[in-house]
Amino acid sequence: MQNAMTQSESAPKPEPAPFLSINNIEVIYDHVILVLKGVSLQVPKGRIVALLGANGAGKTTTLKAVSNLLGAERGDVTKGSIEFCGRRIDQLNPSELVKLGVVQVMEGRHCFGHLTVEENLLTGAYTRKGGRAKIRQDLEMVYDYFPRLKQRCTSLAGYTSGGEQQMTAVGRALMARPQMILLDEPSMGLAPQIVEEIFDIVKNLNVKEGVSFLLAEQNTNIALRFADYGYILENGRVVMDGEAKELAANEDVKEFYLGLSKGGRKSFKEVKHYRRRKRWLA
Amino acid sequence: MDWQFFLEVLIGGLLAGVMYSLVALGFVLIYKASGVFNFAQGGMVFFAALTFVSLVERGVNFWLAMVITLAVMVVLGVLIERIVLRPLVNQPQITLFMATIGLTFLIEGLAQGIWDAQVHGLDLGIPDVPVKVGAINISQFDLFASATAGILVLALAVFFQKTRIGRALRAVADDHQAAMSVGIPLNHIWAIVWAVAGFVGLVAGLLWGSRTGVQFALTFTALKALPVLILGGFTSVPGAIVGGLIIGASEKLAEVYIGSSIGLNIGTGIENWFPYMLALLFLLIRPEGLFGEKRIERV
Repeated sequence: MQNAMTQSESAPKPEPAPFLSINNIEVIYDHVILVLKGVSLQVPKGRIVALLGANGAGKTTTLKAVSNLLGAERGDVTKGSIEFCGRRIDQLNPSELVKLGVVQVMEGRHCFGHLTVEENLLTGAYTRKGGRAKIRQDLEMVYDYFPRLKQRCTSLAGYTSGGEQQMTAVGRALMARPQMILLDEPSMGLAPQIVEEIFDIVKNLNVKEGVSFLLAEQNTNIALRFADYGYILENGRVVMDGEAKELAANEDVKEFYLGLSKGGRKSFKEVKHYRRRKRWLA
Repeated sequence: MDWQFFLEVLIGGLLAGVMYSLVALGFVLIYKASGVFNFAQGGMVFFAALTFVSLVERGVNFWLAMVITLAVMVVLGVLIERIVLRPLVNQPQITLFMATIGLTFLIEGLAQGIWDAQVHGLDLGIPDVPVKVGAINISQFDLFASATAGILVLALAVFFQKTRIGRALRAVADDHQAAMSVGIPLNHIWAIVWAVAGFVGLVAGLLWGSRTGVQFALTFTALKALPVLILGGFTSVPGAIVGGLIIGASEKLAEVYIGSSIGLNIGTGIENWFPYMLALLFLLIRPEGLFGEKRIERV
């Protein structure tokens, strides 16, 4: 076990220069509740990075800190900085951020229930300057990736299935022509085949359109299968990170998150030998 | 039963109801987009009408006065968003509601402070004389008001359904956070909505003003809009229209027929409380109103 640790410790950082870089951020809700206690992570261009951890570990908060949707929940980034393409983005409002190319797909899909699927997609293009023809073209691109949405394009999004809503949410984000999508818990409440389908599309978008993903997931198994790199959050701190394959092979990860052993230990807190990387002091 | 008389009362009521619908529309717009029940809508109607009539009295051309008033209402909408709504974003609904109550007094005071508190006559150049359709007398002015309301609703429907901004408005109404996440700037959207509501207030103010005179009592039209909203649903533009028609027709019919059948003289004011009773019944039976958005829940 120790060995695996040191390996992941000494593994070189992902080669391409960081695209999105979160440096030591601390997030406090309502001025009192400390949720993120110094989280640092990088997403290189063109990669899928998974953010793993249990309920309440701070995955969603991390994504919302990036997309600046925290304000709406009385959360506040009190320390640290967030950079995208070398530019500080912590003070931008969500609209400016979308224009820069960072879009969040929120947990629980959040489609506009009383709008049709197609209207939902079109709202995603709100910040775009381009003419109708260009937007029409992108709409076709989204329909190519999600043929199911084409069939349902005139139904109210509120009446479509969970999978279709998740596709609508991802498609809507795509309409903004993002460079990076912050994808929060895409597997939530969906049947395994649908989850598989959605992850396939995510991978596809990543490869063909060059969209980078920061992906928060509880479903560690599937996330590590599709991601390039992973960070594990526990209690508001990054407790481990590494190439997805290494993480998937790691004994502790297997035990805590993949349910592959019978041991009673449930988190890194209980592992005595594990030398936590004190990234938050970096 | 005298059918001709019945029809006359009914049609008169329906047309009067359109006037209520006009005021209710302003409420619906703001409620739809921001979930705020804007108590100040009545104040905005008054403010718009008073501004317009004061300009005209000072010798400004009719259409120019219209344009200036519209501009003033837009500026007012933007200011309200900036000064009142933005600092209160994410506060509970009741806080926003209280803020609009405060706003009501501010707008009313402002209107009377800038102009004056006199009753002004307003002549839109439409004679308020009945025209005969078959054997029935119909008020020409009411017809004009209905046509205006019809055009307004049509224009709003097109705006909401077909334009980019309209789509964004509906998106914001559905889910604030999701709208933010796709980059729709809430501030702009709210400013636009308040400006549109100001425009609707202007139209309502002109029609009401030319009927009753532009005076402080215009602010009470807002209260008449309440039962309309409860009947039609707070979130539906067609609901505001249908609700207005039902309220208008039923209150006139109630006045004439219920009143006389229980031995009261016509003019004893059933008309004044009947709509509220109807609204109360509706609240018990169908709280979302006739056309209000039902919450979509998948099973």
